[in-house]
Amino acid sequence: MALDLAAIRADFPIMCRQVHGRRLVYLDSAATSHKPRLVIDALTDYYERYNSNVHRGSYQLAVEATEALEEARAKVASFIGASRDSEIIFAKNATEAINLVARTWGRANLGPGDPVVITELEHHANIVPWHMLTAELGIELRWIPIDANGHLDLTNLDRLLDGARLVSVAAVSNVLGTINPIRQLADAAHQAGALMMVDASQYTPHLPTDVAEMGADFVAFTGHKMCGPTGIGVLWAKSELLEAMPPFLGGGEMILNVTKEGFSTAEVPWKFEAGTPPIAEAVGLGAAVDYLVGLGMEQVREHEVALTGYALRTLTQRYGDDITIHGPTEPAERGGVLSFEYKGIHPHDVAQVLDRSGVCVRAGHHCAKPLMRVLGCTATSRASMYVYNDESDVDALADALSDADAFFIE
Amino acid sequence: MPDLEDLYREIILDHYRNPRNRGELDTPPAVRAEGFNPLCGDEVIVYVRLANGVIDDIKVGGQGCSISQASASMMSATVIGRTTEELHRLNRAFKSMMSIEPDPDDPPPINGNGADIKLGDLEALKGVVKFPVRIKCATLSWHTLTQALEEAQATA
Repeated sequence: MALDLAAIRADFPIMCRQVHGRRLVYLDSAATSHKPRLVIDALTDYYERYNSNVHRGSYQLAVEATEALEEARAKVASFIGASRDSEIIFAKNATEAINLVARTWGRANLGPGDPVVITELEHHANIVPWHMLTAELGIELRWIPIDANGHLDLTNLDRLLDGARLVSVAAVSNVLGTINPIRQLADAAHQAGALMMVDASQYTPHLPTDVAEMGADFVAFTGHKMCGPTGIGVLWAKSELLEAMPPFLGGGEMILNVTKEGFSTAEVPWKFEAGTPPIAEAVGLGAAVDYLVGLGMEQVREHEVALTGYALRTLTQRYGDDITIHGPTEPAERGGVLSFEYKGIHPHDVAQVLDRSGVCVRAGHHCAKPLMRVLGCTATSRASMYVYNDESDVDALADALSDADAFFIE
Repeated sequence: MPDLEDLYREIILDHYRNPRNRGELDTPPAVRAEGFNPLCGDEVIVYVRLANGVIDDIKVGGQGCSISQASASMMSATVIGRTTEELHRLNRAFKSMMSIEPDPDDPPPINGNGADIKLGDLEALKGVVKFPVRIKCATLSWHTLTQALEEAQATA
């Protein structure tokens, strides 16, 4: 069954907002999604009814807060097909989740010359942590190139994977929208003796996620791009890996015992969650999962494919050669992220003009500077869609785009 | 919202379409500095050659939005032939127009606070202040020029 767009828009209070006297046309969900009433209420409810610190509290409020935190963990585990709740580590965001793997598994298992394989379309969050290990440990960073359509070029994959210890790849590009062949890469990585990490930040909000089906060893994603609050992200990893990994940050919550001589760590997952966790945010993420489950992730993806197809058709029919849309041309091969260049006008200027019509797009390098270099530009304009967007939003973008001509086309 | 016409003044668009002093200079005798706006990837490259404390020649390269590139072009046209002392006063006056507090590391004003110096064409960038996100685009070339001059002084 198709999504009921009117009902969904009514679920998101921010959709009532006007910008510069115009209806809000929000096309920046790849940066962050809006939050449904259900999620906002979950945050308020936590602070109004059972705000207290989790674990070790013997009073009623603390019991309720602890249960809510652990219930959120269970919801996330079920949402991504994890076999155990304890495989869900709460982090600040996907960036912290990837850094956690680099800092713990990486430091314990990698040494000089050990290859880590990433791709040219990664977000800086899946580049810089490995550059840091290159500087610290002397690992070797290898790059899977992309082809002219924005797909990974796997021609030399065997050579790139030779001796590799870890392959770390975005499931969906935040710039091109490309959906990468994660299972194929995971199988190839395992055959080469490497582990597989997936940056699912642009995948989990939009497609049904099954970590076992992905064949991954680590999966990182963030809450705020999937209707959840900011400040909460997730690392999923196989239990045996988590058991063997050293802790990340040191402090309260992550210990079993502390003496003057040293400490011993708490069990997984708490071993990786030092300090008071983002309790309200985790509860909010649990509510976001409830919301998406209620919509049905198959339906969410169907809507995305249909709307992406409509956007690709509308923009190319309207502007022809005046617009270049990066990435795969088939909606089924991509997410709802459209990076484009319009008449050679700089993306900042395009975004500035669109803002006047209440159309929110992002302009810049999208934290993917190596990819920008491959594309031969320093910036793109990016429109990205989610469950609350419909064809009228695409039309508003298409209508407002030509307003830039008045300033920049002589 | 403020009018886009305040931001995209005709003189700014003219500098964007027909940038002045575009190119490179031999280093040495010129010095080269690169400036990046980490938010958006705009980049400005400034080559500057000094002779007896005067900006003898300046060339600008890089790529970015209309505001960053026009501002770089306007800056190059304004500072050529000026003494470094005048340039510091211009820099202060420009930043003040952009509502930016003087940097404690900026050289102190020698004659007044720079308010007396005429900004000329640069005044056209005043509208940028109404679009706070774009202030960094307008000031990028000035930061880069300051960097180049520091380099020149360090190697002198």
